[in-house]
Amino acid sequence: MSNRRKSTLIWLSLSGVLLCAVVLAGALLGERAITADFTRKNLPPCPAFPFGTDWMGRDMLARTVAGLSLSIRVGALTALASAVLALALGTASAALGGWVDGAVSWTIDLVMGIPHILLIILISIACGRGLWGVTAGVALSHWPALARLVRGEVLQLREAPWLRMSRRLGVPPGRLLWNHLLPHLLPQFLTGLILQFPHAILHEAGVTFLGFGLSPEQPAIGVILSESMGYLAAGRWWLALFPGLALVGVVALFALVGERLRLLLAPASAQE
Amino acid sequence: MEPILSVDHLSVSFTRYGRGLSRTELNPIRDLSLRVEPGQVAAVVGESGSGKSLLAHAIFHILPRNARVAGDIRYDGAPLTRERAESLRGREISLIPQGVTWLDPMMKVGDQLRRGRRDPDTRTRCRQVLERYGLGPETEGLYPFQLSGGMARRVLIASAVMEGPRLIVADEPTPGLDARTAVRVLGHFRELAEEGAGVLLITHDLELALTVAGTVSVFLDGQTVDHLPAARFQSGQGLTHPYTRALWRAMPKNGMEVSGL
Amino acid sequence: MSHRLQFTVKKLIRMALLLLGVSLTAFLLMDASPLDPLQTNVGQAALGAMSPEQVARLEAYWGVNTPAAERYLSWLGGALRGDLGVSLLYRRPVLEVIGQRLSASLGLLIFAWALSGALGLALGILAGASRGRWTDRLIRGGCLLLSSTPAFWLALLLLIVFSVWLRVLPIGLAVPIGAAADSVTLLERLRHALLPAVTLSITGVSGIALHTREKVVDVLDSDYILFARARGEERILRRHVLRNVALPALTLQFASIGEIIGGSVLVEQVFSYPGLGQAAVSAGLGGDMPLLLGITVTTAAIVFGGNLAADLLYGVVDPRIRRGAARG
Repeated sequence: MSNRRKSTLIWLSLSGVLLCAVVLAGALLGERAITADFTRKNLPPCPAFPFGTDWMGRDMLARTVAGLSLSIRVGALTALASAVLALALGTASAALGGWVDGAVSWTIDLVMGIPHILLIILISIACGRGLWGVTAGVALSHWPALARLVRGEVLQLREAPWLRMSRRLGVPPGRLLWNHLLPHLLPQFLTGLILQFPHAILHEAGVTFLGFGLSPEQPAIGVILSESMGYLAAGRWWLALFPGLALVGVVALFALVGERLRLLLAPASAQE
Repeated sequence: MEPILSVDHLSVSFTRYGRGLSRTELNPIRDLSLRVEPGQVAAVVGESGSGKSLLAHAIFHILPRNARVAGDIRYDGAPLTRERAESLRGREISLIPQGVTWLDPMMKVGDQLRRGRRDPDTRTRCRQVLERYGLGPETEGLYPFQLSGGMARRVLIASAVMEGPRLIVADEPTPGLDARTAVRVLGHFRELAEEGAGVLLITHDLELALTVAGTVSVFLDGQTVDHLPAARFQSGQGLTHPYTRALWRAMPKNGMEVSGL
Repeated sequence: MSHRLQFTVKKLIRMALLLLGVSLTAFLLMDASPLDPLQTNVGQAALGAMSPEQVARLEAYWGVNTPAAERYLSWLGGALRGDLGVSLLYRRPVLEVIGQRLSASLGLLIFAWALSGALGLALGILAGASRGRWTDRLIRGGCLLLSSTPAFWLALLLLIVFSVWLRVLPIGLAVPIGAAADSVTLLERLRHALLPAVTLSITGVSGIALHTREKVVDVLDSDYILFARARGEERILRRHVLRNVALPALTLQFASIGEIIGGSVLVEQVFSYPGLGQAAVSAGLGGDMPLLLGITVTTAAIVFGGNLAADLLYGVVDPRIRRGAARG
């Protein structure tokens, strides 16, 4: 079973490669994704257009890849932003204690009290919707869980003998944080980051689908699916099936990798 | 006398994953042998955290699934296979675990002792065993968190003797108890042995073990290095193994010398 | 007993403060919005054609020129008296709109909440009890896939299959178009609520199942399960595992309320189900600040209420708290 670790690494690199490939392909296919051609509209899946075409004759495969690429970029950006936020707030909360701790945990309760999608809608409205609205919304609503985790971890580390010793020896707190605490938090942080990623993508797609995110001109998955709603009754199932399937694939891949990493970090499961 | 339990060349090992891609083999028990005779308390003495408890878990077949066991465990003359252990445990062989965490925190003591049976006979027996260890009937209605350390230990002993077992395995029954309570708890083991059961006492405390044990097996680095009648420790004569001698010297009445340990 | 009362009062105060925080946060976010409610609702062209007096009247109606602090305080004053203002889109009191929408959503939410809870608990226990075997792998894999599936896409698929291909269920709306709400039979209502309710339940299952599985695994690894086995106990799953998993499951169930409500926003949109979630979307898109604010505060109150209920139930069910409090 030693290959559990190796296979996790392989999965991790594989998904990294896939991620880059989709982003690259999205950039290359960007033009095709928005090219309309009314001579080939409403084609069901066929060899030339495996994902079919829409009512404007746009290639759904190109649109899906472009949308996926957009989702991945927004997802990566928001996951990173919220993970950094979680790290900063969680560490500050545990290290400083007192009213900072109180304020952070109150804010965590507050953020968790509003259903995610509603909070993202509110933040997106505050930013005037669009790319930045949804990015800010997702980033600012996904940090609490990881922040709690980081806070617990730091509280535990604070009690570690070597850390108490260094404190007594007069190592400046800044250096202690940088040289000792952060390296210990790094695995948690990276796993948290990867686990945030699927959530971020899903929520971005959801909010965009509702009309609060990316603008209708952009071929985002949420936009594509939202547009497809008008044509489902006409039997054009391919407009919804393939883009969604692609999204699920990417999200599931990262959820899987994140879960494997999390299990590797959890000492109890190390023996399974 | 024919031993009720005999363990020969027992070995227990695990595979564990460390940081990164490393994999380590843990082999806490490498070569452990001992005998327990009916009517006798046999002690296994070794350092805390040296893996002695795994002996108890191996006997009851409750080791984690990734554990590998080799060697021979015989109960009443026949190999103690998993099937046999499953049919015997709780009836003929019973375990006295380390502490209160071994009781279900969400279940009342009485329900745990009775194991879900409600017949009047079981109820009576439950009250009797509690009474035997100085616990009133109100104990049945308590949850584990409401028990003191000494009470919890007595509840665990009571639970072990409910069915009148022939072999009792007590795993570190004394830590956390004050000296008087500890001696009393060990006294219960001698009582059980006098009634005819074989008692295997697993402990880190040689001095306490000597108050009740007939034989002592010394466990070091995964192996039993010495088997001695307890009487030998009275004089300190004839203790051949250096570790056994060091253990003996570390006892308070022998000057508590810890050098060489 | 006074201990419990003190605990409850403390929780209630914290909840009130959190609600205040939620309302202020939501208000500030909406106030910061660069989107002009006038343009969103009236339209650029129509606005250009209006006389300045008309525009001024509209501006006063939408509260464009009143300072933010004043508007929040007057909202808060009203809210404390039970008046959440008037919805700009529906031109009716916000409380009335929320009440009507919530009652439409409530059945959906409760059904999904109960079903996902029960199903999640059962699957979680099954997976945990068969840890490492194929049932466990299957359930874990399924949950992973499910949690990676956007609720609204699942809704679209169900719509395609059941409404477009099989034509057994309607495409949307809680009642058929054109029918008066009270002339619709209960059966008809159920038919319309079925797909949204099922979608919502399915998406809630995976989280609960996976968390329950972790708990079951923890319990199975505990000393007391080991001891129960060493004592030759039978029915360990029912006697010990269920008993110890019930409490965390309860907490989890109450904590999942927010997620179910969040999911309903998307699912109701797909099925054009006229519930609270759909109202939130309309309010957000239409710049209906009072309604969006009201919905945010209402859902937050439901979520906090759920948390409070979980805390209180814990005190009743967990002997360590129940008896511990009685002793202390």
